[in-house]
Amino acid sequence: MPTFWVAAAVAVVATVMVLTRSQPVHALLYLVVSFLAVAVVLYTLGAPFVAALEVVVYAGAIVVLFLFVVMLLSLDATAHRERTSWPTYLGATILAAVILVELGVLVSREPIVAQAGAIGPREVGLALYGPYVLGVEIASVLLLSGAVGAFHVGRRDEQDAGAFYAESDQRVPGGREEPVLEPVSVDDTLPAAERPARDGRHAAGEEAE
Amino acid sequence: MMTSTVPTPSALGLAAVLLVLGLAGVLIRRNLLLVLVSIEIMLNAAGLAFVAAGARWHRADGQVMFLFILATAAAEVAVGLALVVQQSRRIGTLDVDAASELEG
Repeated sequence: MPTFWVAAAVAVVATVMVLTRSQPVHALLYLVVSFLAVAVVLYTLGAPFVAALEVVVYAGAIVVLFLFVVMLLSLDATAHRERTSWPTYLGATILAAVILVELGVLVSREPIVAQAGAIGPREVGLALYGPYVLGVEIASVLLLSGAVGAFHVGRRDEQDAGAFYAESDQRVPGGREEPVLEPVSVDDTLPAAERPARDGRHAAGEEAE
Repeated sequence: MMTSTVPTPSALGLAAVLLVLGLAGVLIRRNLLLVLVSIEIMLNAAGLAFVAAGARWHRADGQVMFLFILATAAAEVAVGLALVVQQSRRIGTLDVDAASELEG
């Protein structure tokens, strides 16, 4: 029970720190601490499976995705040139150390195997592939659509997705001013022998189309 | 892991506090990326509320809902970050007030 309150306090403090940091990377690292604290809270609530999932998926995949984008866009381009002073480390270190001590207490106090009160992976799995199997299928379709949608929304120009999708990046320096789609004549799709004669074109069709 | 001795109102109160903090982040932050981070905080808080409710009735349904919220958050983060990247390319800044003109 006291572990719940300690972890809850760490989660709230870390979340407040996320909201008040000026640099995105600092905010994201405090977000990791917040998610770890919420994972400990979930463990004290008798849900060890989702506690592990919180760490693996939320802190381990989603926040990493945010950090990739920060790196991609060079949002903190000037920050790494300065030496980070130790007060910057101090807050996150203290919070993370509290979580670490708490985890040590939780793990050493009781057997790790879930006892009668906890709802472990087995019950969750039986529920997922029992009454909630439709939700599992829908979630998989949702993730597929998310991946395809992210690719589609994030594509840049013809380098990413082929010439057909080239678009005008009008506000990007050096971008094209008009779409690169060129009108295709129907005559080009005919077999070479049947194309109408034009100036400078061989009847044997040197064009690929 | 003993039976959950955490009183449900406390866990729901924590979820409420985190939700409100996330909401404040969405309203206060000017960097689009950090607005998305605040949305993730809110989704996490909602999932925590579901797990707390599931623990109160001692069923697995709360954790199942948390799993679905997790999948939704992952898909939404993927698309949202693609949008962030597009704004950064086309407008040049991630300021939320910069994307203020509709095309055509």
